Amino acid sequence: MLAFFIRRFMQAIIVMFVISVVGFAIQDNLGDPLREMVGQVVTEAEREVLRDEMGLNDPFFVQYTRFIGNALQGDLGTSYFFKKPTLDVIFAKLPATLELVLGATLIVVLVSVPVGVYAAIRPQSWFSKCAMAFSTVGISIPVFLTGIGLIYVFSVELGWMPSYGRGETEQVWGSWRTGLTTADGLLHLILPSITLSSLMLPLFIRLIRAEMSEVLQSEYVKFALAKGLNPMRIYFLHALKNTMLPVITVGGVQIGTMLAYTILTETVFQWPGMGFLFLEAVNRVDTPLIVSYVIVVGAIFVITNTLVDLIYGLVNPTVKLAGKSA
Amino acid sequence: MSHASESVAIAQSVDAAPSRWEKFKESHYWHSFKKDRVAQISFTVFVLFVLAALFSPLLAPTDPYDLASIDIMDSEIPPSWSEEGEDRFWLGTDAQGRDLWSTILYGTRLSLIIGVCAVLLQAFIGIVLGLTAGYAGGRVDSFIMRCADIQLSFSTMMVAIIFLAVFQAAFGSELYQRLALIMLIMVIGIAEWPQYARTIRASVLAEKKKEYVDAARVMGFGSGRIMFRHILPNTLSPILVISTVQVANAIITEASLSFLGLGMPVSQPSLGSLIASGFEFIFSGSWWITVIPGIALITLVLVMNLLGDWLRDVLNPKLYKG
Repeated sequence: MLAFFIRRFMQAIIVMFVISVVGFAIQDNLGDPLREMVGQVVTEAEREVLRDEMGLNDPFFVQYTRFIGNALQGDLGTSYFFKKPTLDVIFAKLPATLELVLGATLIVVLVSVPVGVYAAIRPQSWFSKCAMAFSTVGISIPVFLTGIGLIYVFSVELGWMPSYGRGETEQVWGSWRTGLTTADGLLHLILPSITLSSLMLPLFIRLIRAEMSEVLQSEYVKFALAKGLNPMRIYFLHALKNTMLPVITVGGVQIGTMLAYTILTETVFQWPGMGFLFLEAVNRVDTPLIVSYVIVVGAIFVITNTLVDLIYGLVNPTVKLAGKSA
Repeated sequence: MSHASESVAIAQSVDAAPSRWEKFKESHYWHSFKKDRVAQISFTVFVLFVLAALFSPLLAPTDPYDLASIDIMDSEIPPSWSEEGEDRFWLGTDAQGRDLWSTILYGTRLSLIIGVCAVLLQAFIGIVLGLTAGYAGGRVDSFIMRCADIQLSFSTMMVAIIFLAVFQAAFGSELYQRLALIMLIMVIGIAEWPQYARTIRASVLAEKKKEYVDAARVMGFGSGRIMFRHILPNTLSPILVISTVQVANAIITEASLSFLGLGMPVSQPSLGSLIASGFEFIFSGSWWITVIPGIALITLVLVMNLLGDWLRDVLNPKLYKG
């Protein structure tokens, strides 16, 4: 067990190391920090002195060590545009993105579980067939088109829903502003959440249906049915538990995918989150902000993947935790 | 007597060896295709798309890349069946006055080129690494597959967005727009190789134990020859199945990247960048610039996914479920 933890932990550290090298390489090659600071008027000789003072002429390894040292202390540089530490800028936008992911996750869980289970119990009913047809079509629609379609129908034609922004937000704690506590904020959250969830829904409906049909064939379900237990209790309590293992793994990997697609969703809905911030930073060639985003997002990926693996190892007793080659 | 007639029958069948086409007509692929209405329709639509892409310069009434033929006064004309539409442009025009029908034809061509080339690159890298991992085994195997796992844990979209964004910031948008086609193919191609590597490796592990591989080894053939000439042909059906779906995914990825402004430029639009350029005008009521290319994109991807489903059912390969 301990060996499994340690190996997984080592892998996470190696991956973070690679990400930091990539981040540093971006910083090293993209733009000239000196020009951002002093502009064009300073002479070449003065530049050279400044370069030496800032350590820009040091060997790659020395610069990288300094970069890592600062990063470990939570200093990833200062944004050229916002004139503030990049981590502060990113963490100010993080709540918006997290709320979006939370909303989408809620929709995915609340819709895909009942629909998937029903489609497994009654595969021949028209509802199940519609659900499966919907999931095939759903996989083929790019996320941004779902968003555009929703905006066109509900905002432009019907005028029921706001088409951009977060609406009214409230200060909760520090720089953490949430839209979840106001009616306006919740209304703004609906369309973006549906858009983001449209990516995962077809996948999860299919997955839960497939796993559930397999479990329904097993002896213990047949026995419970024969014993006369309430079918609902069997389906949602006994059978569902055993379909959740693969769902956890796939779900964990998909958290990362969702994070990537928040960039698309945020662009469509002008949602002021991290992804939107990143694209703005790219257009302004705000190197420190780009690098910080890469590192923060990389860290989120690594942490979630490691946690999912560990949880999977704990939940599934058949995983060979101490195995030499998993 | 019976023995003689049998040998005659064999001799006849050797004489009239069935052509490939006849063999194909007898096979169960063709039978299953004849029964499956969905597969037939998707195949027809897909072929139409491919033909439209191949012959777009002939089919398109105007050349959307030719700035001289575009008149800005023609911009945002609705499709010809609506009240304000004009007969010259049956699907209307976009914000720059380009004929939408021609632009969609050229855009489909670009989307398909990027999708197919990216998947060829994926397949090449994935096949080489997957074969090596499966055949060599041991440390090489675990190293390659660990890399594949790690790469898969980062979503393709994220990797592609970050790389293209950094390249765009580094090159400046002008140079980037000229390189966009190659960059898209490279990034989508490199980001998805683990899909192929995993599939191939799983089949190789199954094939490696078979006797013909032992026989080849005993005859003294080198590893490279055994891998590519003997094992690879036997792993082709899973490759075929994932390829259809991968091309569909690559087209979606390309469209999404172009939508973000990281893909094809507006002057040379793929379906994704065409949709992106129309998105600004959807609020002012010019729905067709977004909706019509959107429908084209969804149809193209949908028929490819349906074909992929059908192929998977027919070939029924043991796909690696990871």
